Amino acid sequence: MEVIGIFVAASVGTLAVGLVSSWIDRKVTARIQYRVGPPLLQPVYDIIKLLGKETLISSRARRRGFLLAPVVGLAASAVAASILWAANLWPARGFLGDLIVVLYLLTVPAIAAMYGALASGSPHATFGASREMKLLLAYELPLVMAVLVPVVQMARAAGDEGPSFSIGALVLFQASDGWVLGSLSGILAAAVALVAVQAKLTLVPFDLPEAETELMGGSMLEYSGPPLAMLKLTRALLLAVAPVLLVTLFAGGVSDAASGWAWLAFAGKYVVVLVLVVLMRNTNPRLRIDQAVRLFWFGLAPVAAAALVLAWFGL
Amino acid sequence: MSLTTFGLKKSPWVYHVNVGACNNCDIEVLELLTPRYDVERLGIVLVGSPRHADALLVTGICTRQAEPRLREIYRQTPKPCVVFCIGSCAMTGGIFRHAYHFSRPVDEVIRDEDPNAIIAYIPGCPPKPEAMIAGAAKALAAL
Repeated sequence: MEVIGIFVAASVGTLAVGLVSSWIDRKVTARIQYRVGPPLLQPVYDIIKLLGKETLISSRARRRGFLLAPVVGLAASAVAASILWAANLWPARGFLGDLIVVLYLLTVPAIAAMYGALASGSPHATFGASREMKLLLAYELPLVMAVLVPVVQMARAAGDEGPSFSIGALVLFQASDGWVLGSLSGILAAAVALVAVQAKLTLVPFDLPEAETELMGGSMLEYSGPPLAMLKLTRALLLAVAPVLLVTLFAGGVSDAASGWAWLAFAGKYVVVLVLVVLMRNTNPRLRIDQAVRLFWFGLAPVAAAALVLAWFGL
Repeated sequence: MSLTTFGLKKSPWVYHVNVGACNNCDIEVLELLTPRYDVERLGIVLVGSPRHADALLVTGICTRQAEPRLREIYRQTPKPCVVFCIGSCAMTGGIFRHAYHFSRPVDEVIRDEDPNAIIAYIPGCPPKPEAMIAGAAKALAAL
């Protein structure tokens, strides 16, 4: 029962944070373009509207896979959100390897998007799915290497106990030994992870799978009504989960769940990461898929590898 | 007012359909998204697919070539949706009404497809962006 309670509370809470974040995203974008931007509740209105619309299924679509994919993506991101919040609230509990589980769960929305796009039978969506797949292969390598940096730092500090892949242990480690971001390897890894997260959120400059202007929405092209609402909710959840993950891994997370100041500091760190994401989205043009793959494999992966080596030597 | 109507009023996503316009109305439609008018204040967003749309902004005389496409796009739009006939051409055929390539006014084509369609008219050649915002506001208020 307790687990279900945590899951429901974390999903609903993260969803609320995510919807506010997507409003911040749109508002900041509008301000950068000298516009006024939408009202605070706009993302909620969008969801209400989409839930009331008709669900169209193209005659060439594979019905079951097409409708199942958004649900799977939403569920996976909600579970990832609950594990992250639980690790921040009760760092001493957690389970062994929850960091690996979160990384896997965060790839599920992308895989579900691919699955739904391929099931929809639309050529544009197929293009979106193919790009999503290449992008996933491109950014996972640097992201995983960057996430290993805090783990290596902690293993070094812990001595011969061996590495621990527990998010809670990372939060406790950073509460006692200072942020991972305080070291050179931590700064490099956080920068790489920030760019990889941008690709995970499929925001500009990595919005190739959707590419409104060339693929008309790409992987979500054929969705309408409630399934589209679910895709939008997944995006909102991920927009909240990704900065929380970065803050937890590199900037200490919620260092003390009982103290209000720690929560305030956490909110501040969250907003800083979110605004960095939004600014990156507004100041860059969309990359071609070959440029994106080259950037991740030959640009960021070596940086992440260098950060790993530095972390190994305690820098 | 049902929740569906409320949502539709608060976040009408629009899809722009050109069925044979001279491009003048299209330029005015795009002006709505610029900082001067910024219709995202009202939740109006331009989307790339009719499946995401709640309102079709139809510009131009409906040519014989475009008529089947317009019908198809209307069928692809999830209901409830609103059709805006923008400009004199979309409403009546304008100065092209005797031309060989003119099929029928847009509203007749849409009514043919769905007799209960919600259709709003915004006259002008081209209508000013202010007129379009006023038209959209009136149409949404009448829902």
